[in-house]
Amino acid sequence: MSTIGLYNYWIVFFLMMSGLYVVIVSTNLIKKIIGLNIFQTSVFIFYISIGKVRGGTAPILADDITLYSNPLPHVLILTAIVVGVATTALGLALIVRIHTAFNSVDEEQIYTSKDSRD
Amino acid sequence: MVAIVDFALLAGLAVWALGIVHLRSLFGAAMMFGIYSLHCALIFVVLDAVDVAFTEAAVGAGISTVLILSTLAITGAKLEVRHSRAMMPLLITGVIGAALIYASLDMPLVGDPSAPANLHVVPRYLQGSAAEINIPNVVTSVLASYRGYDTLGEVTVIFTAGIGVLCLLGRHSRKRSRRRRE
Repeated sequence: MSTIGLYNYWIVFFLMMSGLYVVIVSTNLIKKIIGLNIFQTSVFIFYISIGKVRGGTAPILADDITLYSNPLPHVLILTAIVVGVATTALGLALIVRIHTAFNSVDEEQIYTSKDSRD
Repeated sequence: MVAIVDFALLAGLAVWALGIVHLRSLFGAAMMFGIYSLHCALIFVVLDAVDVAFTEAAVGAGISTVLILSTLAITGAKLEVRHSRAMMPLLITGVIGAALIYASLDMPLVGDPSAPANLHVVPRYLQGSAAEINIPNVVTSVLASYRGYDTLGEVTVIFTAGIGVLCLLGRHSRKRSRRRRE
């Protein structure tokens, strides 16, 4: 475990930026939600990496173990995963409603159909 | 050994993420996101977060993928339309990524037992929870007891999101939008 250094964090930043890239570049709303989810998962890995202790084990108490990883980030991320799914569900529900109103999930098409309607 | 597994799994995760960025098929991207989430769960096991791993496998890989797939089924969207390949987003993400890596140089190394995040209140949870709460899994005792109000807040957020989804997709709003279209 001693040679990992900052490698975890760098991969996390790469994932974070690829998620952000999808959110900026893609005009498809569903793809945007997927990008947002990638960003979110990268934050989870960031927190769990912070909580890792070299040579530690999962924080479940046992008699013959003395070194545990940090349980606090685990608790925060458990909450975040469930909240993340709730927000994803809300975003996707909005997309379904947008689709019933504009008959498209593509931003550019929505803008043009909105302009022609005005 | 743990370091090698960690290296390989995280590199694999980066490959999945690149695949999702490149795929134009929305169904393919949704399925690959499911694989990506399951892969994340593997990494959580390696990093000692077993509770997080099974939540991610069940909720992240399972429910999220099902939600995305059902949205794809309802909207009938199949292919992502690519409009332009501007350099600006690549530049923005590159600059932010470089700034983040520069900032990470000040962080304690992964696995450092004396990192600030591992001191403060955490030793007390690990030493005191056996006597105070009497549950072997420290994550459970922190989640349900020491930080119970956080969990209450989480339930409030989920409840609000549930109401939001019902308002958006409930029978009443669907009827009204159909009437408006006619």
